[in-house]
Amino acid sequence: MAVIQATPELLRPSDIDHAFRDPYALSSRTRGISWVGLFAILAAFPLVFTNPAVTSVAVFTMFFLLATVAWNLFSGYSGYISIGHAVYYGLGQYTVALLVLHLHIAAGAGELGVLPLAGLVAAAGAVPVGLLVLRVRRHTFIVLTIAVMFIFQLLAFNFPSITGGSTGLNVPPPAWSPYSYNLPFYYVALGTAILALLTSWGIRRSKFGLGLLAIRDDEDRAKGLGIKVTRAKLIALVISAFYVGIAGGLYAVFVGQVFPQFAFTPFYDLYLAVFSFVGGLGTLAGPVLGALVLGPLQQYFEIQFGATTLYLIIYGVLFILILLLLPRGVVPSISDRYRSMLAAHWRKTGRGPATQGGSSLSQGPATGPAPAPAMPAEPIVREGA
Amino acid sequence: MSLIEVQDIAKAYGGIRALDGCTMTFESGKINGLIGPNGSGKTTLFNVVTGYERPDRGQVAVNGEGITGLSPDKVFGRGLGRTFQLTRIFPRMTVVENLHVAAQRAGGFRSELSRWSSTEERSKSKEVLDFVGLTRLAAELAGNLSYGQQKLLEFAGIMIAEPQVILLDEPAGGVNPTLLTHLATRIQALNGQGTTFVVVEHDMEFVMGLCHRVCVMHQGRAICAGDPETVRADPMVLEAYLGTDMREIDDAEAEVV
Repeated sequence: MAVIQATPELLRPSDIDHAFRDPYALSSRTRGISWVGLFAILAAFPLVFTNPAVTSVAVFTMFFLLATVAWNLFSGYSGYISIGHAVYYGLGQYTVALLVLHLHIAAGAGELGVLPLAGLVAAAGAVPVGLLVLRVRRHTFIVLTIAVMFIFQLLAFNFPSITGGSTGLNVPPPAWSPYSYNLPFYYVALGTAILALLTSWGIRRSKFGLGLLAIRDDEDRAKGLGIKVTRAKLIALVISAFYVGIAGGLYAVFVGQVFPQFAFTPFYDLYLAVFSFVGGLGTLAGPVLGALVLGPLQQYFEIQFGATTLYLIIYGVLFILILLLLPRGVVPSISDRYRSMLAAHWRKTGRGPATQGGSSLSQGPATGPAPAPAMPAEPIVREGA
Repeated sequence: MSLIEVQDIAKAYGGIRALDGCTMTFESGKINGLIGPNGSGKTTLFNVVTGYERPDRGQVAVNGEGITGLSPDKVFGRGLGRTFQLTRIFPRMTVVENLHVAAQRAGGFRSELSRWSSTEERSKSKEVLDFVGLTRLAAELAGNLSYGQQKLLEFAGIMIAEPQVILLDEPAGGVNPTLLTHLATRIQALNGQGTTFVVVEHDMEFVMGLCHRVCVMHQGRAICAGDPETVRADPMVLEAYLGTDMREIDDAEAEVV
């Protein structure tokens, strides 16, 4: 490129790796092993704890895991905090219920077979909703997403010929043995959650994902750097809605009933948002941690105190405590603390990564125009590199 | 040869006419200065040229092609990159990530699915970071950088995309003299390789030393353009900066002397 004469030596990839390496980052091997280990534990969980009461909680937790990861890959990356993802959750639920009803799908695995359609309908619904709500930012966006969600709830209530209105729709439960009834739901949800997480990871590594982060940090500047912001936000929302729609479809089959006030519920997004915030908004591991720790807790509170809405207060207090103690979420806060501890340790022991060259301000200015050197076949090894 | 042509641009905010029939050209391959007192419409002109504001009337053309009313991402696609008066970086992204936001946006959606940190991309950003002297901070969050470093990063973030024209809005504001010299050297080096610059600046010494050609704005119009010496001596410019009254006093004093 044009500035090549500022660095006459060509760089080997390893030099660049060295210069750009985050000295505090865990190695990709450590991270890979941690993820595989985590999902191995999750896969083994219902086989070890077979009590249906426990596995039921685990199933709901997997639903939350899937939806939280999906929510985060839009809201966490783009910074557009959606409190209206219940729209896609509800669309997923009604899609499954209506398909089962009208296509006369027999109770059983066939009901889970229509889940991709639930995702697709939710994703398709995200296009017009997104085109509307993504016109505004920040607080206005949040309020608008809630408003749209309530519009969907009203529609579900007021078109009884399609949705059954307030009597809802029934999804006949599969006639599986009560001892292993929960397992298919658990593993389908876990598998989809892994898929969602891989999607999230892929987005984070791609130019597209980098664009989303840029939108989060400064949308106007991102626009001025060539990012098609509306398109990027809409695509992320559609992907997110797809997975949340599947979560909704799973819920519909598992619970067996679909009601407007539970399909399009404002609480749903509060959970997804709280799980992501507590774990670490916009990180890969944050939503996973949030959903796995707080999901069961939410279930516990609901079972213990579900008769009153008291549990919501406990939940609120917990949220406030975490916001006070770890305002950026658990994952970023711990990561920060780990970094400063490691840095202090390196200072004390005099070890740690050597601060690598790179020009500093004291270095001479770049010289004037000079022909850019051609790429030699052999990379030139820098001295001391 | 003129690269950017601004023709009779007007832009009003309520009762304020920020641009009022502004016509000027910025020349290809040169460092063009744009000066004028506060409120003379320099930043508004930048916003109109780069697509952030839609003008009430008038035309903007780059290389003879009209770009009036194009959105900022499209203007960027035509080879115009800009910085902002108040430095804007992506604070919660690392320095390297900041650079890659602008790099290689041309390839359509398929290319957007590719990794941003491929070896090829990173060798490019390494060069740019070496060029501005921020390599050491590559893995640092941009928000943790000092103000001057952020200025350099913003500049580097534009430069990596190799635009035809770089528009700098007050690059010297709040920057210490050493860094300013550094920045000026970088601008000259890039200019030597063919990048055109348009620089809005209040620091007269900086502008006059750096720019090949200077345009002066006053009350939303271009009042004078030419090489730094010509502009410095132009009575209209003195009037715009110092006001008529001041000039009369100066003249009166001159007569007394």
